[in-house]
Amino acid sequence: MKLQIERLKFAYDGGGLVLRDIHLEALPGEVTVIIGPNASGKSTLLKCVAGLLRPDGDIRLDGKKIGEFKKDKITQWVSYLPQENSFRAVLTVFEAVLLGRIQSLSWRVGKEDLAPALKVIEELGIEKLASRFLDELSGGQKQMVSIAQALVRQPRLLLLDEPLNNLDLRHELEILDLLREITVQRRITTVIALHDLNLVARYADKVVILKDGDVCASGEPEAVLTSQTIGAVYGVICKVTTDDGVLQITPLSSIRSKFGNCSEGNNRKMDATIGN
Amino acid sequence: MVTQAEELYQRITGRKYVVVVSLAIAVVLTLFIDIAVGPAWLSISEILSAIWAPNSVDPATSVIVWNLRLPIALMAVVVGASLSIAGAEMQTILDNPLASPYTLGISAAAGFGAALALVLGVGIIPYGEHFIVPINAFFFAMLTCLLIYAIARKAKLSSETMVLAGIAILFLFQSAIALLQYVASEQQLQAVVFWLFGNLFRTTWLKLAISAAILIVTVPVLAKDAWKLTALRLGDEKAKSLGINVERLRLKTFIWVSILTGAAVCFVGTIGFIGLAGPHIARMLVGEDQRFFLPVSALAGAILLSAASAVSKLVIPGTILPIGIVTSFIGVPFFISLILKRRSGYW
Repeated sequence: MKLQIERLKFAYDGGGLVLRDIHLEALPGEVTVIIGPNASGKSTLLKCVAGLLRPDGDIRLDGKKIGEFKKDKITQWVSYLPQENSFRAVLTVFEAVLLGRIQSLSWRVGKEDLAPALKVIEELGIEKLASRFLDELSGGQKQMVSIAQALVRQPRLLLLDEPLNNLDLRHELEILDLLREITVQRRITTVIALHDLNLVARYADKVVILKDGDVCASGEPEAVLTSQTIGAVYGVICKVTTDDGVLQITPLSSIRSKFGNCSEGNNRKMDATIGN
Repeated sequence: MVTQAEELYQRITGRKYVVVVSLAIAVVLTLFIDIAVGPAWLSISEILSAIWAPNSVDPATSVIVWNLRLPIALMAVVVGASLSIAGAEMQTILDNPLASPYTLGISAAAGFGAALALVLGVGIIPYGEHFIVPINAFFFAMLTCLLIYAIARKAKLSSETMVLAGIAILFLFQSAIALLQYVASEQQLQAVVFWLFGNLFRTTWLKLAISAAILIVTVPVLAKDAWKLTALRLGDEKAKSLGINVERLRLKTFIWVSILTGAAVCFVGTIGFIGLAGPHIARMLVGEDQRFFLPVSALAGAILLSAASAVSKLVIPGTILPIGIVTSFIGVPFFISLILKRRSGYW
């Protein structure tokens, strides 16, 4: 399912524009990663696509405006993992994952819902947790449950807002490996908001960089993740190298810590350093 | 994979079915105990005979069972179930463990309506003399629900605003009741205090039928939304992303539980503890899958009030204590013991 975003603008009630004029395209079978500093509009953009916010501009799925589809179709096709997830419900892991298929659940739960729930639990390697209650899980395990909820619907467009929160290194890699595999095998369109640039370099087919609600760069990781771009967007001096064909980004220092606070002289030095 | 998934699901839900059946049996037992207990003790066989073959028992027993004990005992079950369901769904839609008809001021509003009729003789509907108190109580309970909703709507129906609005209204009506009590005569004051204690002894078959009918209509409506209400506990954002119209679900549920609460408290007065404790007991027993949480809340509330009704006749021989007092006395120690044993993450 091809996702196209054109002229997208959004402002929260009484506030300035959070998304200014977003143009973006994400293709089936590819992992598109959105990066950018805090408050750059990543989460807002994903919420707009997920239908939780009503922006101006066009969001198209396979060329058709999202508003022209029936709401239940969108719910069936689009799966969204919020950045913050509530785990206060007294439910077992299996029940919580089943809820991801709420559209097809009836009072008596059928095989057609039970089997996919167990399958995704096994794919994520959390089958031993299936009958445990959510409040008995660690932060990382809870995050795995959230990811399972997002995947169990077998969506065609997967939107994940910082899915690696609370995960250890092994699980970060396993989740991203799994997401890549599912994206390619099922030809789904996966859009992820992430912070770790090395993981972005390793797993993204396409990177979109947001800053202050604008897309300031997009393309393949090698083209986008340059020391100049990273410096301009994040205010960080970094070294970008290639190791075994994969980009390695090593942050060296914050520009502010190197040059001090903004003064005209310091700003000129900063600009020279990041190549503006 | 399918068999494994079914086995896992049966393992998770099997225990919950056992809880539902056990509590249903317990409701029947407490119901019979409540009918049996009183100044004249009745045996189970006498009760059964009086119910199934009234002519086979002496007329006095038949009158005691049919005119006094049975409607009151059934009212305890119906009101207990209604208040507990109302509390369960309020806690669910407001995402707050303290939400209940009592803590949101709905019971206090009903009490004010009743006090208005008892002290000033003011009726919302000018006719229906026998029902002036319950009609007033029901009217003010519903009015309060609308007020809480109107305030919360200003804040986009956020659960925090609804709870805060409810607590503010609780204080408002408590003050209004105190004012009416201040100006009331001694006899009126006694009537108001007696109403506010909560009492099942005003029960008639008609009142029971009205409360039961509203319960019977409300349960399937709430049950139909069982999965949506379960998903609401995952947070508004997640629920919305699952295709749930959160605002509409919250409003619809709030209206139904308001009617349920109004119908329960208008006939029996203020009974505070059931709507808080029933859902918590249910949550500890079966979790928050609403397909089990809803019936178990109802059963837990029914057992608590039915048991309280029986105990209210036993504490002081020859005297029947107001049930609102007894409910807290037997419920609070039990509830605290459950809280101490609970798992940390319930709320």
